[in-house]
Amino acid sequence: MSTNENPSKKPGQVETTGHVWDSNLQEYNNPLPRWWLWGFYATVVFALVYWVLYPAWPVGGSFTKGLNTITFMQDGEEVTTHWNTRSLFAREMQSGKQAVRQREMLEQVGAMDYETLLADVEAMSFVNAYAKGAFGTWCAACHQTGGGGVIGQYPNLRDDHWLWGGTAEQIEETLVLGRIGYMPGYRESLDGQQLEQVASYVLSLNGFAMNDVDVAAGGEIFNGYLGGCYQCHGVDAAGLASLGAPNLSNNIWGLVDVPGAANDEERVARVARFVHQGVQRHMPAFADRLSPAEIRVLSAYVHSLGGGQ
Amino acid sequence: MKHESVETNAGLLIILTLAVISIGGLVEIVPLFYINDTIEEVEGVRPYTPLEQRGRDLYVREGCYTCHSQMVRPFRDEMLRYGHYSLAAESQFDHPFQWGSKRTGPDLARVGGKYSNEWQVQHLIQPKSLVPESIMPGYPWLAANRLDYSDIEQRMIALKRVGVPYSINQEEFEANVERFGEDVAVMLDINRAEENLIAQAQRENFDGDRAFISEMDAMVAYLQVLGTMVDFNEYSAGHFAEFR
Ligand code: HEC
Ligand code: HEC
Ligand code: HEC
Repeated sequence: MSTNENPSKKPGQVETTGHVWDSNLQEYNNPLPRWWLWGFYATVVFALVYWVLYPAWPVGGSFTKGLNTITFMQDGEEVTTHWNTRSLFAREMQSGKQAVRQREMLEQVGAMDYETLLADVEAMSFVNAYAKGAFGTWCAACHQTGGGGVIGQYPNLRDDHWLWGGTAEQIEETLVLGRIGYMPGYRESLDGQQLEQVASYVLSLNGFAMNDVDVAAGGEIFNGYLGGCYQCHGVDAAGLASLGAPNLSNNIWGLVDVPGAANDEERVARVARFVHQGVQRHMPAFADRLSPAEIRVLSAYVHSLGGGQ
Repeated sequence: MKHESVETNAGLLIILTLAVISIGGLVEIVPLFYINDTIEEVEGVRPYTPLEQRGRDLYVREGCYTCHSQMVRPFRDEMLRYGHYSLAAESQFDHPFQWGSKRTGPDLARVGGKYSNEWQVQHLIQPKSLVPESIMPGYPWLAANRLDYSDIEQRMIALKRVGVPYSINQEEFEANVERFGEDVAVMLDINRAEENLIAQAQRENFDGDRAFISEMDAMVAYLQVLGTMVDFNEYSAGHFAEFR
């Protein structure tokens, strides 16, 4: 303001509060806008209504519970409590429209055997929708979005190469019990040359052309006392689902990155290094975390990813 | 008091402003300390073992809470994703609690047992190697750093001061045996803290290297216990509503 006059005295202008600082610094006394004021009164009324209906004021060791109530079922009996988010949640899970629909579908799917379920188009569309979220939450961190896995770490669930078997029942068992895949390392029992020989033998089973002498010697190790590989992988190396030992003759590799190797020498070296070190992997059990129906849904989903047997 | 005298006195203005704005906080917070059933009665919740507690300290040191909350809210979608909603009882021994509301990453209140130890270790070293789309930074030094547990006893004594029932004499030890059972009570004994810490790290071998007790051992021990203490199968849907 460039004027020295007291603005409160100027006709048609707003009043000031009358406070004066530094001889001429003053404060306008603008009234609050009407709509704002009414808004304020409305929040006061709202608070009063809220105090009556909902838990509000602490009183001694307790608090005013409010008149609003919630009714839900507990152990087959109806209970009515004052309004609170936990009861609200219990009611929502029991009688909310979506929760009920979802539970019905889960019950329906949970009661079907796998043969019927996998053939039922409508049920499978529920399975796919539900499992998409559940797989993302519980499985994708290891098996990756879509189930493609990570070579050397987490198995691919989209192909028909299985450690523990690819029928829906076997997949379910994997989820319920969890799995520990274990192959001992041959750190002492096989020397460098023997490791290369047995690696050559394994690679020869997968269509790679290897040195015949090595393959013959490796075959003896694999199927003989020295290596004893056959005890887990089988004499024909076709694998043994009861031990989680994979087929070693179908040129599908879950642990050794054979496809990523540039030449035969590197392939032999990689397989040999793996056999030398051995491996132990751990798939968690889900029986405590997921309901039987959810496990059924996920098993059917994994089965339908492409490799189910 | 006249309006003008408040406005022209900065010290008084500050004091009165503080008094007014603290009313809201006091009304909301103070009753929680004396309302009888703020903390639910529930089996299984115990203070952290020395190793887990060190892991928790590291969790705070690394600022994991800037991206992760630790409280599952009572909503259907939260329950579908994370499991049962969190109870006050479950964080009764947490100082400071890690509830939070910032969720750049998922809630961790029930992450215990969800993944294997190997997964946790690798994920902490390099999250993108497991979750390609992750924006979580890596913490490779946790695996390389030797865990400093020289002051574990002092840390437990400090927590004891704020109410965590770690025991330091025979009487307190026996009270813990009564309350938590023998096995747990031994882990809560301050006199045996270091011994217990080393034993747990070697027994459970979280980081895959038994001889070397790394910060990773402590961090994974902590993550793997989160949300696993209460067996919710034992309680019906409305049980916890009684405490609200
Ligand atoms: C902590 C990481 C991890 C999580 C989480 C995980 N898995 Fe696994 N899973 C593994 C590992 C490791 C194996 C291999 C076990 C072995 O070596 O035998 C495996 C194996 C499997 C197998 C057997 C594969 C075969 O070839 O026989 C199936 C099926 C499977 N997982 C499904 C799932 C589903 C469904 C989920 C989510 C509910 C899940 N996994 C969650 C790590 C995990
Ligand atoms: C005690 C049982 C057992 C014995 C003995 C055994 N294996 Fe294995 N092997 C396994 C299991 C189980 C796996 C899968 C491990 C996993 O999934 O975590 C495996 C995996 C492999 C793989 C990796 C396959 C892939 O998909 O990348 C190769 C190669 C292999 N074994 C070769 C051998 C050779 C060679 C021998 C003998 C020198 C041998 N195994 C002895 C159980 C055994
Ligand atoms: C910049 C934010 C950020 C920080 C800081 C951060 N995280 Fe994460 N975290 C994420 C994101 C995003 C995800 C989800 C993607 C993934 O799994 O990597 C995640 C996932 C996780 C998961 C897996 C949760 C699940 O249910 O799948 C764990 C465990 C975890 N973080 C632990 C930690 C720990 C321990 C720290 C501190 C040392 C930490 N995070 C720091 C962002 C962060």
